[in-house]
Amino acid sequence: MNIHEYQAKELFDRYGIPVHKGCVASTPEEVYEGAKAIAQKDKIFVVKAQIHAGARGKGGGIKLVKTPEEAREAASKILGRNLVTPQTGPEGRPVQKVLIETTSPIHKEFYASVVLDRTEQAPCLIVSCAGGMEIEEVAAKEPDKIIKQHFCAQKGLDSEKALEIAAKMTEDSTAVDVFAQTFQAMAKLFVEKDASLVEINPLAIMESGDVLAIDAKINIDDNALYRQPEILGWQDFSQEDSREVEAKKFDLSYVGLTGDIGCIVNGAGLAMATMDIIKYAGGEPANFLDVGGGANKEKVAAAFKIILTDPDVKAILVNIFGGIMRCDIVAEGILAAVDELKAVGNTRIEQMPLVVRLEGTNVEQGKEILKKSSLKIIAASTFEEAAQKVVAAIKV
Amino acid sequence: MSILVNKKTKVLVQGITGSHGSFHAEKMLEYGTQVVGGVTPGKGGQQIHGVPVFNTMKEAVAATKANASVIYVPAKFAAAAIVEAGEAGISLVICITEGIPVMDMVKTIHWVQREKIVLIGPNCPGIITPEECKIGIMPGYIHKKGPIGLVSKSGTLTYEAVWQLTQLGLGQSTCIGIGGDPIIGTNFVDVLKLFEADPETEAIVLIGEIGGSAEEEAAEFIEKNISKPVVAFVAGGTAPPGKRMGHAGAIISGGSGKASDKIKRLEKAGVTVVQSPALIGRTMEKLYRERYGQESRSRV
Repeated sequence: MNIHEYQAKELFDRYGIPVHKGCVASTPEEVYEGAKAIAQKDKIFVVKAQIHAGARGKGGGIKLVKTPEEAREAASKILGRNLVTPQTGPEGRPVQKVLIETTSPIHKEFYASVVLDRTEQAPCLIVSCAGGMEIEEVAAKEPDKIIKQHFCAQKGLDSEKALEIAAKMTEDSTAVDVFAQTFQAMAKLFVEKDASLVEINPLAIMESGDVLAIDAKINIDDNALYRQPEILGWQDFSQEDSREVEAKKFDLSYVGLTGDIGCIVNGAGLAMATMDIIKYAGGEPANFLDVGGGANKEKVAAAFKIILTDPDVKAILVNIFGGIMRCDIVAEGILAAVDELKAVGNTRIEQMPLVVRLEGTNVEQGKEILKKSSLKIIAASTFEEAAQKVVAAIKV
Repeated sequence: MSILVNKKTKVLVQGITGSHGSFHAEKMLEYGTQVVGGVTPGKGGQQIHGVPVFNTMKEAVAATKANASVIYVPAKFAAAAIVEAGEAGISLVICITEGIPVMDMVKTIHWVQREKIVLIGPNCPGIITPEECKIGIMPGYIHKKGPIGLVSKSGTLTYEAVWQLTQLGLGQSTCIGIGGDPIIGTNFVDVLKLFEADPETEAIVLIGEIGGSAEEEAAEFIEKNISKPVVAFVAGGTAPPGKRMGHAGAIISGGSGKASDKIKRLEKAGVTVVQSPALIGRTMEKLYRERYGQESRSRV
């Protein structure tokens, strides 16, 4: 799960990571009042659009202004619009809040993050003197500029290691201390808040000599949200695809794509392979949809409804290989979904080619249920046949 | 032979009274697996599917002499269940549970390794040595005894590959789903090592997916250490970058984790990589015949 920059900075502040004095506002008037409240002598303001995507500056979502009046003016151009950045896709993301901070000139920029290293199976602090750049770019062009330090999740990052790394980044002794504290705090936050990413880019030494986290990005492990109630409350559905949000309610994972063949599959690997095989057969998948292991009738029905809200879908392919999931339950789910859709007057399902491939636990019962129904289902016995049939059904 | 499990393996089911645990305990028993008991705290003393239920793993191991366990407990208790199994002396733990917080596994995995416990998963379909022992959630009937070892990150895609092999008459020595979570116990390389050493395994199917670098590590190992033919498929070649597809294993970001990079590395290691998942079985059949000739089909 993503959280906004202002929320990440609130956590930073709590963990003792230095951030700008700032406030959050959702109207230009609030921006004006907020700017007046945080104003400091000789400091200018920055107004930052709060969306779940990066490269906001390139999309015009970050403005430097001198006065509260200018802040209000700048915010009025950002708030309530969709901001398009290189990371949002063409539709952009709605800006419902802006963050206003006082700021001052930067002397030097750095990069710092904590991620999970799957190979070492441990969290890892990654720092670099090349701040402000995408870390992937630095890794590709100047890998020796990156320092990595793994740490134990239980013990955290020890202060000696943190100081050692900080000393490699700058000769400024005050900054070394703040860097080291920041790295330790990032490590602590990562573990305690079940993060999958804690990133500061840039981490800056200001001309004043202060060290500050200019930007903040935190991602949280979805599996751990049950024990992070505060963060769960920060979930911002406006930043997510509405179908993905709807899918999540039913514990389905859905990712919208640009094709016209709707896919309902169990298991992430098989769902991806189904997308691959549709392409291989000459078609384009409209989505990735994994109904998961313990799916029930309601989930399968929800999957159908979500797919049918996509106007581009011309045919549906159901590919189920039952392990945990039983084929008879899938079959009942298909029938329930069709009934429900018909009951609310949605007739699109009846005209749409529906290719079903079932295999696995209770497959005979599943096939029997579908056979007895009045639905015009195109049955397929193999994965390949299913893909070919659904592609052919669209071409007719 | 086979790897890790056979008809002598005695299995305990952790979470046996839950709906998944109970359903799959029954399916495992039907398959012929020696399920010797189960554990659910507070339900000790009961019987389910004819096997005893215990309150703790310690009691269960003492009473049954089990050497393997399979975990179906809810995600928030699953990491603790792995530790409980290990502390009770179980050397092979198969964790089916999906949705375990990554930090729980980060905090558990190094202990598991220190104690030399073989952990398969979490978030995996389990392990099966056909016609001997099935531990997990895979449908039993799709498997057949034979010479192909199969290792996969995915669950249901594994069944797909197994089914293709079986229908072509190519049976399996052992099939293992290692799981697609960021932190897992047994990895590709661990399984490949066992398959190479197992005389009954004559060829290997490896199924990867986008995200992480496990396929690249497997390729490096294959290049140096595997003499048996390997067919591979990497799922997610058509997935858009930066999108999370279902489980955590399936994330591509930046330059690494891409299907195309993984495929290139595997091919460089001499692995036959198929572009369509429907070609896994047929390609293996061809490769197997090339290596062992027509007559070896009689051994299948």
